Amino acid sequence: MTDTTQSIMPAGPVIKGKLSRDDIIMRGSMIIIALYLVVSLVFPLYAMLSKSFSTYRVELSQYEFQVSDEAGTFDGSIMTGAELNARSGTFADAELSTGADGRLPVTGFFPDFSFRSPVMYQIRNTTGTGRFLIGSNLQTGTEWVTLDSNTFRRVQLRPVQARGLDNFVSYFSTPALFNSIKNSLWIAVLSTVVTVSLAFWFAYALNRSCMKYKGVFRLIAMAPILVPSLLPGIALVYLFGNQGMIKELLFGASIYGPIGIVIGSVFFTFPHAFIIISTALAISDARLYEAAASLRSTPWRTFWTVTVPGARYGLISAAFVVFNLVITDFGLPKVIGGQFNVLAVDIYKQVIGQQNFEMGAVVSVVLVIPAILAFAIDRMVQSKQVALLSARSVPYEPQPNKKMDRIFFAYCTLIGIFIAGLLAVCQFAALIKFWPYDLSLSLNNYQFDKMDGGGWGSYVNSIKLALMTAVAGTAVVFFGAYLVEKSKGFRTGRAIFQMFAMLPMAIPGMVLGLAYIFFFNNPANPLNAIYGTMAILVVCTVTHFYTVSHLTAVTALKQMDREFESVAASLKQPTMKLFARVTVPVCLPAVLDISIYLFVNAMTTVSAVVFLYSPKTTLASIAVLNMDDAGDIAPAAAMGMMIFYTNALARIIHLLASRGILRRTQAWRSR
Amino acid sequence: MKQKASFLTALAFTMTAATAGLAETELTVYTAVEAEDLARYAETFNQSHPDIKINWVRDSTGIITAKLLAERDNPQADVVWGLAATSLLLLKSEGMLEPYAPAGVEDLDPKFVDGDNPPSWVGMDAWVASVCYNTVEAEKLGLTPPASWKDLTDPQYAGHVIMPNPNSSGTGFLDVSSWLQMFGEEEGWKFMDALHENIARYTHSGSKPCKLAAAGEIPIGISFAFRGAKSKAAGAPLEIIVPSEGVGWDMEATAIVAGTANLEAAQTLVDFTVTKEANEMYNTGYAVVAFPGVAKPVEHFPEGLLDAMIDNDFEFAANNRAAILKEWQARYDGKSEAK
Repeated sequence: MTDTTQSIMPAGPVIKGKLSRDDIIMRGSMIIIALYLVVSLVFPLYAMLSKSFSTYRVELSQYEFQVSDEAGTFDGSIMTGAELNARSGTFADAELSTGADGRLPVTGFFPDFSFRSPVMYQIRNTTGTGRFLIGSNLQTGTEWVTLDSNTFRRVQLRPVQARGLDNFVSYFSTPALFNSIKNSLWIAVLSTVVTVSLAFWFAYALNRSCMKYKGVFRLIAMAPILVPSLLPGIALVYLFGNQGMIKELLFGASIYGPIGIVIGSVFFTFPHAFIIISTALAISDARLYEAAASLRSTPWRTFWTVTVPGARYGLISAAFVVFNLVITDFGLPKVIGGQFNVLAVDIYKQVIGQQNFEMGAVVSVVLVIPAILAFAIDRMVQSKQVALLSARSVPYEPQPNKKMDRIFFAYCTLIGIFIAGLLAVCQFAALIKFWPYDLSLSLNNYQFDKMDGGGWGSYVNSIKLALMTAVAGTAVVFFGAYLVEKSKGFRTGRAIFQMFAMLPMAIPGMVLGLAYIFFFNNPANPLNAIYGTMAILVVCTVTHFYTVSHLTAVTALKQMDREFESVAASLKQPTMKLFARVTVPVCLPAVLDISIYLFVNAMTTVSAVVFLYSPKTTLASIAVLNMDDAGDIAPAAAMGMMIFYTNALARIIHLLASRGILRRTQAWRSR
Repeated sequence: MKQKASFLTALAFTMTAATAGLAETELTVYTAVEAEDLARYAETFNQSHPDIKINWVRDSTGIITAKLLAERDNPQADVVWGLAATSLLLLKSEGMLEPYAPAGVEDLDPKFVDGDNPPSWVGMDAWVASVCYNTVEAEKLGLTPPASWKDLTDPQYAGHVIMPNPNSSGTGFLDVSSWLQMFGEEEGWKFMDALHENIARYTHSGSKPCKLAAAGEIPIGISFAFRGAKSKAAGAPLEIIVPSEGVGWDMEATAIVAGTANLEAAQTLVDFTVTKEANEMYNTGYAVVAFPGVAKPVEHFPEGLLDAMIDNDFEFAANNRAAILKEWQARYDGKSEAK
C-alpha cells in the first residue's frame, strides 16, 4: 500500500510559513510564560515527588564492633552490625527504615549486655558516610571508639539517606495516617451532597421563581467567598462549643469533628456551587416547558424530565468543584476538626509538628490523587456540554406563583440567616471582652500586636500581597491567555501551555506550598533568594489561582474575532500594539474580574502560604490560624472579619471602578 | 550594688571586645522567643556591646527547628538564642553546634547546662508543665480539683480534659516524656491509656488547652504554668495546679552554630546570655531562670513549682523522641474517630 502511494506521489518538500518578527515575539513570550509555569509549578511538584521517595535507613553493614573480655582486652575479632543483627535477630528489616530523626540503640545486639559489666566495647564507621551518636554527640569518623559498658548503652545508630518506597509502606502501615483517607473522602462526599442540594434550590429560587429581594439574596450567598475557610469554624465554636450560645441544638453531640467540618464546608463552598448551578439554570428553553405542559406533564415530572437534565452539567460540575474544595481545605478541619484527622491537616502535622518532610510529601501525593481525579472528571463532563440554547429558543420566563414564591422566600431566608448569621457571630465575638465571663463590649481583641500571628503588620502584608498578586497575576495570566489564544500555528506549544495552565486547579494549596519548600529552600537552587520573601508568596498565590483566571481570560478572548489579528497584520501593525490598543480595552471587564478574583483569594488563602511565610511576611489569614491555634479565638474572629470587610470594600471599589472605566471603554457595545 | 555589678560586667565585656579587636559585626540570630521580648533583649545587649548588631530571625519552635535542620549543610545562622533545649539537642546530634563554655557558665544551675565539656548549649529559662483548672466550670460540673497526674485518670473527669498533641506541640511532648521518665515506660503508657479515656481532644498548640480552660470551653487544660499565670492575670477564673508527682519542663537555651564566620562575636553574645543581667532580663517573662537567686516571683505563678520540676533527662527525650511519638500516634491518634 505505502509503496504504491509513494511511487505515484513522491514526497514533496515540506512547505512552512515563514515566521514574521511578530510571530517570533509572540512565541518567545509564550515560552517565557510557559517557563514561569514550569518553574513555579512543574519543578516544585517534581521536587516533592522525589522527596516522597527519599527515605532514611540504618545501614547496619556500615558499622563494625569489637567486644573485650572482662579484663578489658580485645581479641581482635571484628563483627559488622549486619552480622550481629543476623545473629541476634534484634531488628526486623522494617525497623531499619526510619525517618530523618531515627535512632537505633545497639545494646540489643549483645544478649549478655549489662551496663555494670567491666566489658569494653569498640565501635567505628566503616565508611565516611556512617553516623552514630554517643549520647547526643555525632561521630562520623572511621577510627575505633572505645567505650565502657555504661557509655556504650548511650550509642545510637543514625540513618543514612536512601531512595525507595519505604515511606509509602510506612504510611499505609500506620492506621492513624491512612484512616485520614477514609475520613477525607467521607467528609468531602457528605459536604458535596449537602452543599449541592442546598445550592440547587437556592439557585432555582433565584432563577425560576418570582420571589422578592433576589438581589439581596444573591449578595448574601456570595459573602462566604470573602472570608478564609476557617472563619465559619470559629463561628461554630461560639455557637455550638461547650460555652456555645445555642449548643443545645446539637443534643449533646460535639461540634469538634465531622459535624463541624461539614457545616463549615457547606458555608464556604456554598457560593461556588451556587454560581455554577445558577449559570446552568439561568438559561433554558421555554418551548420545552410548553411542550411538557401540553403533554399534561405534572410540574413534578417536568422538573425531573426537563429542569434537572437541563442543569445536569452544572450540577456535576458544582459537585466536583465542591468535592475538591472540601478535600483540599486545611483551615476548617484544623480549627474545628478536633480528633478527626483529614489528609490536609496530616500534611501540616507532619511538616510543622514533626519536621518529617518526607512523610508530608507522601501524604501530599496521596491527597493529589482524588483532587486530580475530581478535576479530570469535571473537565471531561464540561467538554461534553452542548449548547442548550439555539437560535430558535425562547428564553424561559418564570410565572408568579404565590404559594411557591412564598416557600422559596422562606427557604432563601433560612439560607441567608445561616450565612449572615455565622458572619454576625464572628463580629459579635470579636467585640466581646472575655466570652463567656465578661460580656461587656470592647476593642481589646483588635490589639493584634499583643497576640501571636504578627499583629497589624500581618494585615498590612496581606493587603500588599493581594495588590501585588492582583497586578502581577492579571498581567501574566491575561497576556499568557492572549498568546495561547491568538498566536498562529505552534499547535504543540499551545497545547502544552493549555495543559500547564489547567494543572494548578488540580493541585491542592498545601501540596503546592510544601512543594515550594522542597524546590526553593534548596541552597543549590539559584532562585533560593526568593525563599522567605514576599515574592515567593506572590508567585505561589498567582500559580495557585492561575486556572480560573486563565479560563476567564480565554472566554473573554474567544469572543473576539481572530480577524482583528489579520487586519492588524495587513495594516502592518505589530501584534503587541493591537494587544495594548484593542484587545485589553475590549476585554477590560474580564481583566477587572481576574484582578478582583486574585485580590480576594490572596486575602483569604491559607493552605498554600502556610509553609512559606516568614516572620517579615506574616499574613492576616495565617494570623487567624495562628491566633486560633494559640487559643486567642476572639482576636482570630476579629482578624477574620477584617479580611471580610477589606474584601467587601475591594469588591465595592471594583464595582465602582469598573462602572466608570467600562462607561468609557465599552461605550461601543451599546450603540 | 546592682549597678556596680552591671558596670563590672559591662567593663569585662568592653575588655573582651577590645582585646578581640572587633569592628561592627552583624550576627544572624535564630530565635523562638516572643517577638515582643526581642527588641528588649537586643537593646540590653547593645548597651554593653554597641559594636555587634543582631539580626533576628524569629518563628515558632517547630518552624525554627525545621529551618535550621533544612539548612544543615549551609547554615545561615550564627547563633541560636532562645530555642527549646530538646531542639538544640537535635541540632547537636547532627553536629551542627559549636561547643563553647561561656565565661561565667559555672555560676549557672547545672540543670541548665549541657552535660558535655565544653557544653554545646547553655540554658536561659524554663517553662514548666501545669494544669489549668477552671473553678467556675468545674463547680458547675461538680468536679473536685485534681492534686496529681494520676488523679486526672479518675472517671469523674471523662471528657473534661484537654491536652496538646505531642506530635505537633513541644509542650505536649514534654508532658509525655516526663510521664515516661517519672512513672517508667510501662506505667507511663498505662497512665496515658487511662488519661486518654478522659481526654476530650488533643490540640495542636501547647498554650491552647490553658486558653480553652480560661474561656470555660473545658474545665481542665494541661498546659504550662506561665500561660496559666497570664490568663489568670487577665481575669480568668483559673487555678494553676502543680501535680504532686512532679512536672515536666523544657528550657530555652543558647548555642553557637558550627561553621559561623563570626565566631568571636558569637562567643561574645553567648557570654552575655549567661550573665546575671541577662537572666534578670529573662525573668520578666519567665519565673524560672538559669542563674540561681535571680528569679523574682511572677504574679499568679503557682508556689512550689521549682521543687516540682523533675530531673529532666534531655538525652532520653531527644534520643527516644521518634519512637515515643510513633507509639503515641499508634495508641491514641488512630482511635480518635471511635468517639
